[in-house]
Amino acid sequence: MPRLYSDILLDHFRKPRNQGSLSAPAISYEEFNPLCGDRIRIEVELSGDVISAARFQGDGCAISIAAASMLTEMIVGLRIGDDVSNDDLVSALRSDIPPARKKCALLPLEALRAGFERYRPRHSGRK
Amino acid sequence: MPFDVSRIREDFPILRQRVHDRPLVYLDNAATTQRPASVIAAISNYYSADNSNVHRGVHDLSERATRSYEEARVKVQRFLHARDPREIVFVRGTTEAINLVAQSYCRRLIQSGDEILVSAMEHHSNIVPWQMISEERGAALRVIPINDQGEINLDDFDKLLSDRTRFVSVPHVSHVLGTVNPIKEIVEMAHRRNVAVLVDGAQSAPHLLEIDVSDLDCDFYAFSGHKLYGPTGIGVLYGKSHLFESMIPYQGGGDMISSVSFEKTIYNAPPYKFEAGTPNIAGVIGLGAAIDYLKLIGSEAATAYEQELLSYAMSSLSEVRGVRVVGTAAKKAAVISFVVENVHPHDVGTILDLEGIAVRTGHCCAEPLMRRFGLTAVTRASIAFYNTKNEIDSLISGLARVRETFN
Ligand SMILES: Cc1ncc(COP(=O)(O)O)c(C=O)c1O
Repeated sequence: MPRLYSDILLDHFRKPRNQGSLSAPAISYEEFNPLCGDRIRIEVELSGDVISAARFQGDGCAISIAAASMLTEMIVGLRIGDDVSNDDLVSALRSDIPPARKKCALLPLEALRAGFERYRPRHSGRK
Repeated sequence: MPFDVSRIREDFPILRQRVHDRPLVYLDNAATTQRPASVIAAISNYYSADNSNVHRGVHDLSERATRSYEEARVKVQRFLHARDPREIVFVRGTTEAINLVAQSYCRRLIQSGDEILVSAMEHHSNIVPWQMISEERGAALRVIPINDQGEINLDDFDKLLSDRTRFVSVPHVSHVLGTVNPIKEIVEMAHRRNVAVLVDGAQSAPHLLEIDVSDLDCDFYAFSGHKLYGPTGIGVLYGKSHLFESMIPYQGGGDMISSVSFEKTIYNAPPYKFEAGTPNIAGVIGLGAAIDYLKLIGSEAATAYEQELLSYAMSSLSEVRGVRVVGTAAKKAAVISFVVENVHPHDVGTILDLEGIAVRTGHCCAEPLMRRFGLTAVTRASIAFYNTKNEIDSLISGLARVRETFN
């Protein structure tokens, strides 16, 4: 049985990967959980329609921070609009996340999806 | 006679269970308390033996239901030391009581440019109804500040009181900080300017257990049954008779009228004019049973015991490294909010849950208060008279587990 807070989750919480911001992100979106006050911003840089870099900033619990950190690693190389499924992200945490805390794990994914939805490619007419 | 907590615990069937294979340690009493068997039995007996609508039938069942319903009103009246049972209106809870006053009392009273005062420690339910009215009437909501211990300074309150002040609504006891506010003084100061005061008693009813609205001289007092060891979906609004007389109801329907024609309706007298529709009869009867129970165990002894647990918990917590208590008022009820260094309250809550310990985590419906202390969330342990020192010890060792996990 997986532990509640697996070593990999704790590792991503203690040493978050890709924390910070990008200088010119194509997508930048912050999702807020009004029930607990957690907020996670996801930023994505594109090269064509492929994600070339991702960053997150956030204020949240160990689960949401670790999930955001992992998500930024999982999406590099994906095409815009490619979906990371809820299950993929939750299982990457390798933890026994209680039902009441699933929304913490999914907060970064919701930020990413909302960012995708709002994304309008800039017309690169000049070049 | 010392307070016999092990006997008290036998009255609460829900406490005899294990959660995640540990004995349940219920420390979320500020969210809702548990109910003694006598309350559960009163509700069950009502449905098994007397269920009927009130104030309507000539038949025996209806008379019995009506009698129990009105007896409960008298129990509440005595519990609050109100002068008259007609000053007791049954509502769904504190939230509905506050909305009733906002709509039925303040809406006609408030003019553009007026001010309504609340405090920095409010539950959202004592903010939003006033914002709605303020917005509609062009009035402003002003906030009585608190100090770092979580106390209202009466001089600050005095400075905010002005000719524009039209209404004051403050909590008796803070649901996050535990602060017991100087209600009598606040009421006196507001009354000198002819301003009426509502007291949000949601948290005082469970902890103080001795409430005297006549002595406080407040104009309105609101509380919820489910935080007083009674059922959910039932609450009380106390209001002074002359205010209830002058107020117009904000819900129309059956029971609140004395005659209806398509041209004109004549409202019933208080309290009925505020109790439109079939009320929560079982809830009222259950609330009456909860008040009986509190009388039986002796509210003074229960409060003294709770205060003993509070000091024990506060001194135990002060020895846990990395734990900081938010709310250290000199007059404090048994509600303890705290933060654990570098650990989010949700993670604290989840780890404690695995140890069988139920606490509240999050902003506790008090976002402005969180902001006042530079926080987004806290962990809150709230104590009732059925808790024990052993359970406080469990909380402390649970917190050691929290630190182990994250260090
Ligand atoms: C101080 C305070 N006021 C109001 C409320 C709202 O009570 P209810 O949800 O029972 O209406 C609560 C409940 O948490 C509270 O603690």
